[in-house]
Amino acid sequence: MIATLNEAPSTERADSPTVVASLEAVSQNYGEVRALHNVNFTVGAGQVVALLGPNGAGKTTAVKLMLGLLQPTSGKVRVFGGDPTSPQNRMRAGAMLQVGRVPETLRVREHIDLFSSYYPQPLPLNEVLAASGLEKLRDRKFGDLSGGQRQRTLFALAICGDPDLLFLDEPTVGLDVEARRSLWEEIRRLVERGKTVLLTTHYLEEADALADRIAVINQGTIIVEGTPAEIKAQTSGKRIRCVTRLSIGDLLQLPGVTDAKHDREAVDIHTGEAELVVRALLARDPSLSGLEITSAGLEDAFLALTQDNGENTNHKN
Amino acid sequence: MSTAAAVLNNTHVERTTSHTVTIYLKEAKYEFLKNLRLRVYTASVITLPLMFYVLFGLVLNSHEAISGMDVPTYLIATYGTFGVMGASLFGTASGLAADRGLGWLQVKRASPMPPFAYFMAKVILAMIFSISVVLLLLVLGISFGGVRLPLAEMTKLIATLVAGSLPFSAMGLAIGYFAGPNSAPAVINLFYLPLSFCSGLWVPYMFLPKLVRQIALALPPYHLSQLALGIVGAGRHESAATHWEVLLAFTLICLGIARIGFQRDQGKLYG
Repeated sequence: MIATLNEAPSTERADSPTVVASLEAVSQNYGEVRALHNVNFTVGAGQVVALLGPNGAGKTTAVKLMLGLLQPTSGKVRVFGGDPTSPQNRMRAGAMLQVGRVPETLRVREHIDLFSSYYPQPLPLNEVLAASGLEKLRDRKFGDLSGGQRQRTLFALAICGDPDLLFLDEPTVGLDVEARRSLWEEIRRLVERGKTVLLTTHYLEEADALADRIAVINQGTIIVEGTPAEIKAQTSGKRIRCVTRLSIGDLLQLPGVTDAKHDREAVDIHTGEAELVVRALLARDPSLSGLEITSAGLEDAFLALTQDNGENTNHKN
Repeated sequence: MSTAAAVLNNTHVERTTSHTVTIYLKEAKYEFLKNLRLRVYTASVITLPLMFYVLFGLVLNSHEAISGMDVPTYLIATYGTFGVMGASLFGTASGLAADRGLGWLQVKRASPMPPFAYFMAKVILAMIFSISVVLLLLVLGISFGGVRLPLAEMTKLIATLVAGSLPFSAMGLAIGYFAGPNSAPAVINLFYLPLSFCSGLWVPYMFLPKLVRQIALALPPYHLSQLALGIVGAGRHESAATHWEVLLAFTLICLGIARIGFQRDQGKLYG
């Protein structure tokens, strides 16, 4: 299963980056509730990978598994090629989780001082404060902070140890537009310094702005994975249905086609540029008939992908 | 890619001992600061035993002897036990229950914090507050109650009571693992107040009803208070070794229960 992921081409880089964290055929049940089902997922070194999905899709569960906070019901979780709970691996990772309550009587700099002490080579306090926009709030008690300021403090705790791998679970929830943008900037700076980031979000916009790769997750299953461009083409494109003599291989060669597959007597073609593809289709196959063009919304794409488990789908390289 | 090559090399970063010690000290320091600034904690844990002592030991002092001992000296031993128990139970259980139930402990567990540092910090906190309560009781007794204890006895009393914070810290950890974040203080009081009464910490042992006196023999606070009373010369002349053994056994049972909770949490989602 993992092989299919590695074959998934990266348009930017010829070689696949080293995998620093992975879920291999992982399922996670909470009693009767199935949170993740047979999930394969990798995070490559130096990448920003976004897990995109609605609330309750299983994003937080995936993060907690990779942090070693949960044991998978079945499957294998690896971080830096080994056990996510090992102290050596934890010293190289930072995490921002959704928390109900943080000790409120400690000051921002005290929280950072304590978490920094856990790591072998932490960043200087002032650098952490600057990176998370907390310079003016360093002496403020956590309980006196606004929601956005609390989020920024949790971000500071995640980065203060200068970790190689950063897990950010819904990092921008509760942030205003400006704070969200500055957090994005900070994440980009971390990646420039060679860090790897896994973030979860339910905003397509956020995943698009930051991620090298996006995995869309719904009801515990990853239903589509690819670069932001590929995802957008699949979720916001058009669906062309027609009866044609052209082979699937021919269709995938057409400019603008992201996906093509047989559906009974006809073919289903996914594209972001319907006009371009239709023109090409008609030019190459005068006998083409039964032409239908519908818009493939997010829901359509999810449905189509979950129905055939993505097995019959041919992603265009 | 230069980063990729460096990513998977197994640079086994082992912490030096001095680094580990630094973490333990910082964890303890901030646990102390956190609670010191929590007025609910300091007020209830320190003020309550002192108020009782002032009321029953100093203001309402009838100048009668209990077990051949003047009231202010006798009550330092029993309210000292009461104070140590409160500082230890509240210092461990309520914080742990809240951290567990509201997700903060997960953030700590995801970090490279040595797990034991978290528990040690709470135990040290309980000890610091225990010492504070006992010292303040002594200051009050000496200043206003005419308490006269030789320095050696006083030192022994403090050391015994502070050692006595360990069984109740262990009990607090056990409660913290099984109580909800909001119900923890109520659960603590459910144990704390009846145990204190039945062990003779409020009303001296010999004035308790017969049935309660029999129950007391099975209660850990009774045994700690008898150790403390023995030092000031008002004990019931039972074997000190037996008292220590009961407290040790109680500590181990509580740690066993806490361990069950700890392991249960390792594979559970909450918050």
